[in-house]
Amino acid sequence: MAKFESLTGNDAAAHALRQCKPDVAAAYPITPQTELMHKFAEFVANGKVDTEVILVESEHSAMSAAIGSSAAGARTFTATSANGLALMWEVVYIAASNRLPIVMPEVNRALSGPINIHCDHSDSMGCRDSGWIQLFCENGQEAYDTVIQAFRISENPKVLLPTMICFDGFIISHTNEPVAMLKDEAVSQFVGVYKPDRALLDVENPYTFGPLDLPEWYFEHKRQQVEAMRNSFEVIESVGAEFGKLSGRPYGLMDGYRMEDAEVVLVALGSTCGTARVAVDVAREQGVKAGLLKLRAFRPFPIKQLRQALSKAKVVGVFDRSISFGIEGGPLFHEVRSSLYGGKQPVIPFVYGLGGRDIRVEQIAEAFKTLQQVGKSGAMDRDVEFIGLRD
Amino acid sequence: MAINLKTLSAKPELLAGGHAACAGCTGPTVLRQALLAAETPLVCGSATGCMEVVTTLYPHTAWRTPFIHNAFENSAATMSGVETAFRALRKKGRIPDREIGFIAFGGDGGTYDIGLQSLSGMLERGHKMLYICYDNEAYMNTGIQRSSSTPKGADTTTAPAGSVKAGKEQNRKDLTAIVIAHNPAYVAQATPSDPRDFMAKVQKALKADGPSFINCIAPCHRGWRCKPDSGIAIAQLAVETCFWPLFEWERPGKFTVNYKPKEKKPLEEWLKLQGRFKHLFEPKNKPILDELQRDVDSRWVELLAAEERTKDVQVK
Repeated sequence: MAKFESLTGNDAAAHALRQCKPDVAAAYPITPQTELMHKFAEFVANGKVDTEVILVESEHSAMSAAIGSSAAGARTFTATSANGLALMWEVVYIAASNRLPIVMPEVNRALSGPINIHCDHSDSMGCRDSGWIQLFCENGQEAYDTVIQAFRISENPKVLLPTMICFDGFIISHTNEPVAMLKDEAVSQFVGVYKPDRALLDVENPYTFGPLDLPEWYFEHKRQQVEAMRNSFEVIESVGAEFGKLSGRPYGLMDGYRMEDAEVVLVALGSTCGTARVAVDVAREQGVKAGLLKLRAFRPFPIKQLRQALSKAKVVGVFDRSISFGIEGGPLFHEVRSSLYGGKQPVIPFVYGLGGRDIRVEQIAEAFKTLQQVGKSGAMDRDVEFIGLRD
Repeated sequence: MAINLKTLSAKPELLAGGHAACAGCTGPTVLRQALLAAETPLVCGSATGCMEVVTTLYPHTAWRTPFIHNAFENSAATMSGVETAFRALRKKGRIPDREIGFIAFGGDGGTYDIGLQSLSGMLERGHKMLYICYDNEAYMNTGIQRSSSTPKGADTTTAPAGSVKAGKEQNRKDLTAIVIAHNPAYVAQATPSDPRDFMAKVQKALKADGPSFINCIAPCHRGWRCKPDSGIAIAQLAVETCFWPLFEWERPGKFTVNYKPKEKKPLEEWLKLQGRFKHLFEPKNKPILDELQRDVDSRWVELLAAEERTKDVQVK
């Protein structure tokens, strides 16, 4: 029986980072990421981990220093939220295009403006095309487990892409939950030591990182990033399976709940999936054949697996905790709908929880009813359903 | 290592020829002198700008040392990450236990302006690395736009001299003074026209116990509108007129003026060789010329006074 500790999501992620023994961390404070770095700094101050921490003067410099450190050959992490990620934006892309396996807990928070410190996914979604792997977590346990797997996924020579571990601000980051931790030695053995093929500190073999890449070659280098992302599907799955053998908690690209005979299926990300699971049970009691498809990997986006998982669904609802202005529905909806292109089932967009607005079981159960209705009539009378919004 | 031709000619060139800099550009001269001065292996980085662009045209590179370019405003932050990784991996025994020198390069745009915060953060955190600004006094890579290093009155593409404006309206920023205010280990101003002085400064900076900074003038004949073969002579004239004094500042606060012209030349001699200042010689712009001369004079007096004031300061 695993030993459980009561940890916040931030503390769980900090413990996982400690156990992965990063060589260098570079970070700047922003709510709700702050307590993750407080905890990690405490580990450093007490000799629990010997990471060199660079306390930079901005998130832009955090990612810039992380790029320098990772290119130098060091296992490197940073962590951020919302506006911090937005300030990093330029260099987030550069980290990926330099193929640097930086790991970044991204504690989801609504982007300004208006300024708001609470959870939504607008920050992560804003850089969904940056070339980072993005894995979403449902709770503190998944944040802990995913941080550990992230180093293995990113550092795999077939991948060499940075990974964002996305978990919901406050809902996960600041909530105490039971978290089963692995032993330090077990994690250390699982992640191993990072040994890059090319590193700046290998002065006998000088490499140039970040050269000027004109029309003659730029496109080919983008293609290599595409290939790396394709390769990452298999690596995410194999690392998740191996982690399952170690911990009893296997991971894949997505996870279904009561999907065997589900006709009305909801697709969602993050902590809402815990609430949605209860709502599936409620809806089932009310006679709706409800199911939940929790997506873990948003980048790479598992189109084939998603089509397979939704092949029997008569109607699909997609829950977005972010919005894309000028088009109905959020980014997750558009990815799911295009994945199901050619299918017959209606795909319906819901937007909820912006700026940290709560989402409750009965609201999701109501969404199932709406979906069942759409399934019968074949159409919805509005473009998008905003949940819990004042008229 | 002694800085003389015999020793230097035996050292390998760390910046290969064949890079794409304009003929007569003084930027690569600054790079070569800095690289040649180093007494340990180096890892270098550069901000986006002329020197980065001309030395790393994929699939070629002119760098025979490890080199990283990240973005425009983050040369200091990027290299502070490299330097930290060096300490981390050396401590863990994962790289050979020996010294490596770290140099971040940036032009004046990437240093005075968009990279100032990144530079300030690096200095404040105390990374043991050298930052060299090759100061050509405008955004030359993007087409001669004014920067905060551009002298007052200079004609640039974004602050052109016209019928109602006489070029840049503001005074240049004293970046070297801003760097000194951070209390780093070593700060200097240098010129590629005095390689012995510049290279000695690079050696001192790389050995300093903490962050160091060298501001090196680097004339751009395209932007300064002077003859392509005149860059080094114009750099030297900037020193002879005291527009660009050669000096050092060492912790805990000692100023040393490395060169005092026997006869301080009038600033006009430097200005008149450059097309960017041509309009200042029209009678209506005489007040600007006078102001520029007064500014140079007062700064020179201040510098000599600072040297005198700090002559007894003991440098560790």
